[in-house]
Amino acid sequence: MKKINVEVNGKKITKEISDHTVLSSFLRDILNLTGTHIGCDTSQCGACVVHVDGKSIKSCTAFAADIDGSKITTIEGLTKNGKMHPMQEAFKKHHGLQCGFCTPGMVMSAIDLLKNNKNPNDREIRDWLEGNICRCTGYQNIVAAVKEAASKM
Amino acid sequence: MKTFDYHSPKDVKEASKLSSSKSVFLAGGMTTIPSMKLGLATYKDVINLKGIKKLSGIKVSGKIVKIGATTQHAEVAKSKELKKAIPSLAALAEGIGDPQVRNRGTIGGSIANNDPAADYPSACIALNAVIHTNNRSINAETFFKGMYETSLKSGEIIESIEFEVPSKSNYQKLPNPASRYAVIGVYVARFKGDNVNVAITGAKSCAYLDKNLSDALSKDFSTSSINNVNISSKGINSDIHASANYRANMIKVYAKKAVEAC
Repeated sequence: MKKINVEVNGKKITKEISDHTVLSSFLRDILNLTGTHIGCDTSQCGACVVHVDGKSIKSCTAFAADIDGSKITTIEGLTKNGKMHPMQEAFKKHHGLQCGFCTPGMVMSAIDLLKNNKNPNDREIRDWLEGNICRCTGYQNIVAAVKEAASKM
Repeated sequence: MKTFDYHSPKDVKEASKLSSSKSVFLAGGMTTIPSMKLGLATYKDVINLKGIKKLSGIKVSGKIVKIGATTQHAEVAKSKELKKAIPSLAALAEGIGDPQVRNRGTIGGSIANNDPAADYPSACIALNAVIHTNNRSINAETFFKGMYETSLKSGEIIESIEFEVPSKSNYQKLPNPASRYAVIGVYVARFKGDNVNVAITGAKSCAYLDKNLSDALSKDFSTSSINNVNISSKGINSDIHASANYRANMIKVYAKKAVEAC
């Protein structure tokens, strides 16, 4: 067992975890933050993307012990005072989802894109979302949503 | 995933001491962790190298670029100093996997893993890299031994990789559309005195220096000199992604693209 200290969505947390606990299981099974989804569980689909110290990573492919001392933001941490994040608003407005399974990862990844590139073109958005797989939308509305969010953020 | 003991040593000596035949060093974990989940690998001890500060960072001094083993692909891709010294190496890092993989995956992890379709091994070979470990310095050409096999010994840890700055260089790859691994990747580097190295990845059991292409381009650095080189499909990988004949043809196509972009 390992003891870790982390900050999750602004809240300081200390927990004892098994050495082999991955971050996605830590968030979902220990903290009950089930907004982070697990799809492929081998870092290909991107449903589990969260931010660690401001960078997007796939939480299924990081040991929780390795994240000790970090600040984590999950999809649950985006809403401020009951108001959705502009990226969430844009996904809603443009219907950037159907089943919604990939959406938490898409939103977290897209927010990281805008941190690195404030005004991305279609090509840059599609390139950045390389690691996020959606089987419903055909990506058109996702790209439209990210473009709109870029104009508002 | 099978259970293991996780270690986070603070220096290389401690890390090396913790290692055994049943342990693995963890850098980015982009291959190691999925392999453990899929049951392809099990370890008694996982030794995370990320806490060892001196293993990370990029230093450009004159004709040498030194990159620490745990430097992440995203850092290599973004480095302003590197973009000036060897732009093709920064561009290679930008083309690995996806942004999240680039935020975790490391150069040391990539070359220690020596995937037959990985990008970095071709850069190491083309740019006359020297791999510094806690015990010795190894030339890239002798470092990469075969499929997932390197000359690293048990307990040996890559500390940094030193690249020679070329006068011109370019890396072109035909990426697998799902994984972005190289179906074929060609790294062309031209040095003072017109000596040219052409390293290929994705084609055989691991990246290698193509002597024929290197000789042809050393004599005449042009796409037409590639036309006269015969690339045999013998010994070239054939799988669901591409046949040996197709790969052999793509080596020439991508070598030309790289020369054109130099």
